[in-house]
Amino acid sequence: MPVRATTGARPPGAVALFPPLTVLLLAGPVLAGVAGVLLPAFGFMPALGGHALSLDPWRALWAWPGLAAAVRLSVVTGLAATAISLAITLLIVAAWHGTRSFALVTRALSPLLSLPHAAAAFGLAFLIAPSGWIARALSPWATGWDRPPDFLSVNDPAGLALIAGLVIKEIPFLLLMTLAALGQVDATRSALVARTMGYGRVSGWMKAVAPRVYAQIRLPVFAVLAYSMSVVDVALILGPTRPPTLAVQIVDWMNRPDLSHRFTAAAGAALQLALVVGILALWFAGERLAGALGRCWATGGARGRRLDPVLRPLALVLAGISAGAVFLGLAGLAIWSVAGMWRFPDLIPESFSLRHWQGQARGLGAAVQVTALIGVASTLAALVLAVGCLEREFRIRRPTDRRLSALIYLPLIVPQVAFLPGLTTLALVAGVGGTVAAVAVAHLVFVLPYVFLALSDPWRAWDTRCATVGHSLGAGPNRVLWAIRLPMLTRALLIAAAVGFATSVAQYLPTLLVGAGRVATLTTEAVALAASGNRRLIGVWAVMQMALPFTVFALALGLPALIFARRRGMAP
Amino acid sequence: MTLELDRITIARDGAPLVSLSARIEPGQVLTLMGPSGCGKSTLLAAIIGALPPVFALSGRILLEGRDVTALPIEHRRIGILFQEATLFPHLSVAGNLAFAQPRRTPDRGARIDEALAEAGLEGFGPRDPATLSGGQRARVALMRTLLAEPRALLLDEPFSGLDTDRRARIRDFVFQRARERGLPVLLVTHDAEDARAAGGHVLGVDGLETDL
Repeated sequence: MPVRATTGARPPGAVALFPPLTVLLLAGPVLAGVAGVLLPAFGFMPALGGHALSLDPWRALWAWPGLAAAVRLSVVTGLAATAISLAITLLIVAAWHGTRSFALVTRALSPLLSLPHAAAAFGLAFLIAPSGWIARALSPWATGWDRPPDFLSVNDPAGLALIAGLVIKEIPFLLLMTLAALGQVDATRSALVARTMGYGRVSGWMKAVAPRVYAQIRLPVFAVLAYSMSVVDVALILGPTRPPTLAVQIVDWMNRPDLSHRFTAAAGAALQLALVVGILALWFAGERLAGALGRCWATGGARGRRLDPVLRPLALVLAGISAGAVFLGLAGLAIWSVAGMWRFPDLIPESFSLRHWQGQARGLGAAVQVTALIGVASTLAALVLAVGCLEREFRIRRPTDRRLSALIYLPLIVPQVAFLPGLTTLALVAGVGGTVAAVAVAHLVFVLPYVFLALSDPWRAWDTRCATVGHSLGAGPNRVLWAIRLPMLTRALLIAAAVGFATSVAQYLPTLLVGAGRVATLTTEAVALAASGNRRLIGVWAVMQMALPFTVFALALGLPALIFARRRGMAP
Repeated sequence: MTLELDRITIARDGAPLVSLSARIEPGQVLTLMGPSGCGKSTLLAAIIGALPPVFALSGRILLEGRDVTALPIEHRRIGILFQEATLFPHLSVAGNLAFAQPRRTPDRGARIDEALAEAGLEGFGPRDPATLSGGQRARVALMRTLLAEPRALLLDEPFSGLDTDRRARIRDFVFQRARERGLPVLLVTHDAEDARAAGGHVLGVDGLETDL
């Protein structure tokens, strides 16, 4: 009689608890937050004095004169920023994938992932402002200006600066997501086959590889779309002011001392959610249309060889402008932070001074402590949850749970401004609003997806024969995890931790709302200075805001090299 | 110590892949031959207890007369050597050996030195595994497997990565250590020279005796 034999799979034990816990921590706050927005949007929130359903919040929202412009801004900004950054990303990859320039471009762009959106936005603002570096470089010889011209290049009513600020930050994100996808779709050989048939580099890649790559990066693209439509911190720095974007106005209503405005804010947040859902539906339709047109184009047989001499340099120029804008912007921030006297149109200040750094030292120190505490706490929790989920998947020897992978994106696709107001109200009712712990839990909702995304590929790529050998030497599953797998994945764990930490540092809205304005991090303090126009002060805080995640990234890259200096097999 | 495979069948999606019965006496080598992809490595995975869930196994695996078919890998005490020595890259040579020692081993350090000396690798303890030659890695991997005090030894083409000259020496070294300890050995290979050197019976995955 045959015996039912055990296989490599084993009962997962306590790690079986991690996936439900993760789902709870990701989906729970989002769903509770959405409920906490929808109820007061229809007048119901006993804690705020709303006891009956009514349409008053919607009437108040309707009565706001800026509504039409704010809705238009949200839609235009989201679609334009997403389409432009996706197009530039695909163009860069199509034109240069597999070349040395491509390796250079990706190496230049990847550190930008750790850069907070707000710091990049401040940098761009300093670059394109009427008294910014571009105007200074062209004055007075080309422009004739001997004082800053009077026009709105930042905070322009059409939102162009906002779109630009989003594009330069989303290109590195989409580029890295595309790079990860390339390995999964056999891109190099497909592109090669197309070229042996006489296709040009760009058109061959677009026809043979791009559809499969796009299928892999769809969720990140949706995240970019939802984020661009509803971002608050970048909009406060670069976006229009009268009226502001819908998301900024919602936060304004949330922060009014008169709590009755929270009902209007809830109606606005519900509208923002509906807008994002609607635009995502529009994007789906666009995908269908682009797919149909693309199939006609791909099967039409045109080789497109003459496109290459135009599109390849264009891709390089666009990549250069995008990366250059960020790096020059950051340099501008650093110089402003130590600038003494700096007259227009001089390119560099007449004198330098550390006065502003000294003046802010105490505030900076306190904010760094709070920021680091929240970042470390949320990152550690995210690492434990991600490792637990991945380890369970390994122990039961089942392939990736697709539902969990899709759910990971939920907090990235539901706009922050659509559920954080609800979560804030709930935290207030529960009496934990305004605490560092509550802010760390709110950060975890956004840190966990990025930690999971950063860790899952190297985790799954690990050679599982090391586990087999460990077991055959008598080690149980926990010893294999702690003594073999985790040490071997040190580099991936540290990079995932750095990504998580950078995500936490960059969070503006969860800190502001759940922290009830009482938890001051580098990001909330820096963004709060946006309206002040004090460039030296903004420079100090923005430099600190980017220096903290950069330092952690440098540590994450440097530490494994140090720990495993004598282990060549652990080199990347 | 004997290793017995009692009417083992491995099927994937209902299609049988491997089907055999065999008995390996202490110190003897049974060789399993066949082209790559025929299911040899799947059989080894089944014997150590690491069969992926897509496969279905029936039959019994007996070690010293005891049925180990339902035990997890770490309780079977069946050692395995892969073609790539699979040394843990984050540990030193001595660290790899120490990982294999049972917790209550007395004189852990002295035993590691003895094992290294037996393998002709005196003083290699602090070395980085990545700096060893292929033959040295194979010897460290064997000593690591033996330090875990296995009761049977499986060899998954462990000599394929070595050049002809070194191959013969490592092969003799492995077979001799296994004989001294009275371990039953199952060798999987597609190389007739390995099979001849092993000196025992040679089977295919269908369980039939093969002529060299």
